[in-house]
Amino acid sequence: MAVRRPPSKSQVRREQMLAAATYPLDWLEERSGLVGGVRYFLFRKVPADTNWMQTLGSATLTAFIVQALTGVILAMYYKPSPHDAYSSIQNITDHVTLGWLVRGMHKWGASVFIILLFLHMGRVFLFGAYKYPRELNWIVGVLLLVLGMTAGFTGYLLPWDQTAYWASVVGINLNGTAPFLGPWLAQFLRSGQEINGNTLSLFYSLHMLIIPGGIISLITLHLYLVIRLGVTSPPWSREAAGAEVVEEPSTLRTGLTRPAPHGASGGRD
Amino acid sequence: MTPGPPEHGPSPTLWPLGFAVGIAVALVGLIVDPTVIASIGAAIAIVFGFLWARDATTEMRRHVPMVTAEVREATPAEVAAAPAADEGEAAMPPPQPGERFARSRFLEGATLGLGGVIGGILTVPVAGFAILPAFLGQKGHKVDMGPVSAYPVGKWFIATFMVDPKEGEVSRRTAFVRNNGAVGNNVPSFTIISNRCAHLGCPVQANGPTGAILGEKNVTEHTKNGSVLLRPVVPAGFGCPCHGGQYDTEGNRTAGPPVRALDRYGFEVDNGRLVLLSTFSVSHVVGTGGQAKIYKYKSAGPGEHVDGPEQWFYPLNPPHH
Repeated sequence: MAVRRPPSKSQVRREQMLAAATYPLDWLEERSGLVGGVRYFLFRKVPADTNWMQTLGSATLTAFIVQALTGVILAMYYKPSPHDAYSSIQNITDHVTLGWLVRGMHKWGASVFIILLFLHMGRVFLFGAYKYPRELNWIVGVLLLVLGMTAGFTGYLLPWDQTAYWASVVGINLNGTAPFLGPWLAQFLRSGQEINGNTLSLFYSLHMLIIPGGIISLITLHLYLVIRLGVTSPPWSREAAGAEVVEEPSTLRTGLTRPAPHGASGGRD
Repeated sequence: MTPGPPEHGPSPTLWPLGFAVGIAVALVGLIVDPTVIASIGAAIAIVFGFLWARDATTEMRRHVPMVTAEVREATPAEVAAAPAADEGEAAMPPPQPGERFARSRFLEGATLGLGGVIGGILTVPVAGFAILPAFLGQKGHKVDMGPVSAYPVGKWFIATFMVDPKEGEVSRRTAFVRNNGAVGNNVPSFTIISNRCAHLGCPVQANGPTGAILGEKNVTEHTKNGSVLLRPVVPAGFGCPCHGGQYDTEGNRTAGPPVRALDRYGFEVDNGRLVLLSTFSVSHVVGTGGQAKIYKYKSAGPGEHVDGPEQWFYPLNPPHH
């Protein structure tokens, strides 16, 4: 018969500390259910044989977040007018503290974002992860690719130097050669018949307001579908092919990032 | 104050309607006539607001008699006549599965309909503001290029000028200008070729020596379009640095990806001054200088075919000047 001992002083103190630490989380959870939502998002079941390649989507998301944050900061110093644009870029690069770093992160991060987009897309294609029931998520991903490249195109004009200007001229006219509606699209992008001061404002607005809004909305939908439909196994998965998989009992500590193992027996549940 | 009949809730009232009319008149009055009509509206609103408040607070201000429900025993006859609660027919039949009621259907329709109307009212002008300015009011500009005497007959110049000085340097354009001398019945003739490549719009360069190599000086003409820079040049043709399109001195494509000849500027001579008009597109040119036959088309964007079957891909161009 076990004798129930009174808890020691340190035990009591630890209990109290734990209660104090989790109180704000409990408060939040009781009123919003957000903690449970985050747990549901982080601790959902994934196949045991997922692959490092399947982190490319998260990497792309991270690259986008870096673009969004550095872009917001750059917008504090950038001036989208034909007269001031180039000199404000020079000011950011040469004079604003750490401006060279933030601008560099945004400039090179743009390429990283596009490269990761394509790598992620290639992974999804090669794993066959676009197949039923995930076709819609592929379509959303393609729209994200288009929006991402449009963001790159509109951002390229903003330094307003010779490269930016003539690259945009060529890019806009390239759109203009599309049959039927091409000339209309080009004239819209140009804000008139020739590139003018409004072109810069239009590209700035598209680049920092409209396109990011679209990307954020579509990423939300993309993640919702990932959570709803689950993660695919790699094509070489024995588990997905029906082989018995024995789950090893976890001896690791459980915590916020590692949920308790399901069942102590170690069998599949 | 005499106690009125017992009331159990506010009775319907028309005062809010008058109040709303007063507010509406006041708001309209603010635009139309702030002193008279706005005051009348405010007065109506105040009067009806007072009456409404008075009506709504009647119960609070007067003594409300305590009303006790009458209780009496049912007579045996009434007990016998009344059906048991779980017997007989219900006043209203239970709803069929999926059955909807007129009121909820009406509210649903009203919410969606009004939401759509509000969304449309908001979206149409905003979308119009975003898109239409690029297409409407595209005005042509006349560019004063200085006196005709600045252009000796037979010499080429690379001329840079501002189309719209108000817009500033962003409106600076370049054209290759040659005075062909008078043609026929003393009609002035100029060849004025736009440097916008007919492939994708890059700046076409003159293939040939300019300025110091020729031993000639650049000339700056100060006109009402700001400064016009004239650089003498002896071109063997024109070439595009972007994708290698090549043209002869009449602007005909000789090599590379362009789909037609270089665009040209219209011109007029006004009081002895050369004035540039809008551009037009050219499929090709036969002959040279003043005797050239130019196959003109409406101004089209770079990369757009103006002749041949490919022109059918561009049946409608956006409004140009």
